[in-house]
Amino acid sequence: MEPLLRVRSTTVVIASSNIDTDQIIPARFLTTTTKVGLGKQLFADWRYTANGTPNPDFILNKPEAIGCEVLVAGRNIGCGSSREHAPWALLDYGFKAVISTEIADIFKNNSLKNGLVPVVVDAPTHEWLIAHPGAKVEIDLHTTRLTLPTGVSVAFPLEAFARHCLINGVDELGFLRSKIADIERYEIARAAV
Amino acid sequence: MPSTLFDKIWAAHQVLPETADTPAVLYIDLHLIHEVTSPQAFAWLKSLKLPVRCPERTLATMDHSTPTTPMARNTPMPPTTPMAAFGGVPIKIDAAALQVRQLEANAKEFGIELFGMQDARRGIVHVIGPELGSTQPGMTIVCGDSHTSTHGAFGALAFGIGSTEVGHVFATQCLLQRKPKTFAVNVNGILPRGVTAKDLILSIIGKIGVSGGTGYVLEYRGNTISSLSMEERMTVCNMSIEAGARAGLIAPDDTTFRYLAGKPRAPQGSGWEAAVAHWRTLVSDTDACFDTSIDIDASKLEPMITYGTNPGMVVAIGDSIPKPDNDTVHDKALKYMGFNAGDAMLGKPINVAFIGSCTNGRLEDLQAAASVLKGRKIAAGVHLLIVPGSQQVKREAEALGLADIFKSAGADWRESGCSMCLGMNGDTVASGQYAISTSNRNFEGRQGVGARTLLVSPFTAAASAIRGVVTDPREMLTPRGTLPGPGTPPLEPF
Repeated sequence: MEPLLRVRSTTVVIASSNIDTDQIIPARFLTTTTKVGLGKQLFADWRYTANGTPNPDFILNKPEAIGCEVLVAGRNIGCGSSREHAPWALLDYGFKAVISTEIADIFKNNSLKNGLVPVVVDAPTHEWLIAHPGAKVEIDLHTTRLTLPTGVSVAFPLEAFARHCLINGVDELGFLRSKIADIERYEIARAAV
Repeated sequence: MPSTLFDKIWAAHQVLPETADTPAVLYIDLHLIHEVTSPQAFAWLKSLKLPVRCPERTLATMDHSTPTTPMARNTPMPPTTPMAAFGGVPIKIDAAALQVRQLEANAKEFGIELFGMQDARRGIVHVIGPELGSTQPGMTIVCGDSHTSTHGAFGALAFGIGSTEVGHVFATQCLLQRKPKTFAVNVNGILPRGVTAKDLILSIIGKIGVSGGTGYVLEYRGNTISSLSMEERMTVCNMSIEAGARAGLIAPDDTTFRYLAGKPRAPQGSGWEAAVAHWRTLVSDTDACFDTSIDIDASKLEPMITYGTNPGMVVAIGDSIPKPDNDTVHDKALKYMGFNAGDAMLGKPINVAFIGSCTNGRLEDLQAAASVLKGRKIAAGVHLLIVPGSQQVKREAEALGLADIFKSAGADWRESGCSMCLGMNGDTVASGQYAISTSNRNFEGRQGVGARTLLVSPFTAAASAIRGVVTDPREMLTPRGTLPGPGTPPLEPF
């Protein structure tokens, strides 16, 4: 992974609450055996009409969405299925961060492992972001702060080790593999009980 | 210091404790895998030239993208057929066939035991783990599937992971985890007749909401929980994820031990006694502290039904759809469902009834459905699809005569699999149609593009299939028609 120090972009707002991972990418697209090209199917059932043409009312089909790297979602995003295809699809489309008031556990973990930054904010900040689509925001991973164009800056929680991995562009497996001796000791000690 | 059941399992699996800078290294006892979320993890492992560290702790099956159409015994496929064959029925979706083929190849290459398409032990991953006795109290169990929480019914810490974490477990048998918080769900009282474990968990999700459990491991406690069979406990733990919880737990007890005794992969002989002695210690200490809790009076519960597009949008079956003020989420969900606030749920027409899934696809669920369907016919125009959770459940249901009851009622009786719970194998609900379903998710499009799902118990699904409209199952139950437990005598006729 490339080191990720900050995301600076205008936002796309999808104000629906409780966006589940089936909406982010429907199950019928999970018959893939790779991670490649899932951006086309991102929000497929909202983004395309029944005959497959783009739904002109959906935000990702509007010109102002082009190039936006930050998705502001309604309250609580990522619930439901553990499919990692959800962050893969968001990243493949071009998003680098997702902002909401709550982010479901498995989706959050999957996002962090792929370089999609989950940003949980307080209700007033969230309300402001929902009301101002296209706002230019900055998400700084060093300071773990989100800065709005108004100058208001809020801290967001980011697990220390996930942050370390993101800003250094390393994956967690390297750390886990460096602990193999400890894992072996644990296995031996348990087998002896 | 008194500890919870969760604390005890966590402590026993901590290879290294968490620090301010790094999460804990948590050892995983059992890694279940299936065809949909494993290919990318295998590909990663291959790119790093790494083996699966503990293939003996890994178990593979195929369930999500596999067909459930009955075997056509007289039309064998040529062995060279490029599509994976399933008892003579080819997988019609090429990409799904490729997934199945890849899992076969990966399992072989990495030395992992696979219950493949033709294996009599195949089934939904969360049904076969317990059936085999591979799921045991005190274990840590993971799978690239959110409904791994099902195994918590045995007092195992079991949770869903993504494909990257599947790769971590392959390579190291461990995961990096921050310790979650604990949530006691205290349930006491006797469940009224016709009210099932499914209704209980839907009520709990309705109370705490779809994100009420985020960051927590739930422990279901109280005399209602103790009185549930293992299959009912699995239904409850299965849907913990629908409340946002990472896992659900129930302390193991004699019901658990009776279920596991004699299962093929449960400890045997002297090992059994030692295991039970250890398992008996796996309870939360009397004065253990939970981070939060909720109390539920089971005697006040009723059959439940969802009306919206997440499992928290749920009412008692006799109630009408609520009318919150200025709630755009609610309005959007009702628009999708084609419902109006204030509508009664009873009497709403249905097109499809689905009985199955890792939530309600076990033998007791099929017995419950059969107790309602016996001697009756489903309504004209309704498609009732009954999909056993595993090939073993299928054989047992056939041996007990349940399959004959289903077929006589007009139901479509299938091979095992996830099927219409998520529709990725082609078993889907048409756009705009209403499916009354024993599965776990009523998200938009979950059962097919534009499909509208009503989540219920097997009793309610069966009763509604007969009338063709949403029906309170209590109108159709005999005095004996409560959910039969293990060892229950054969069902009595109406």
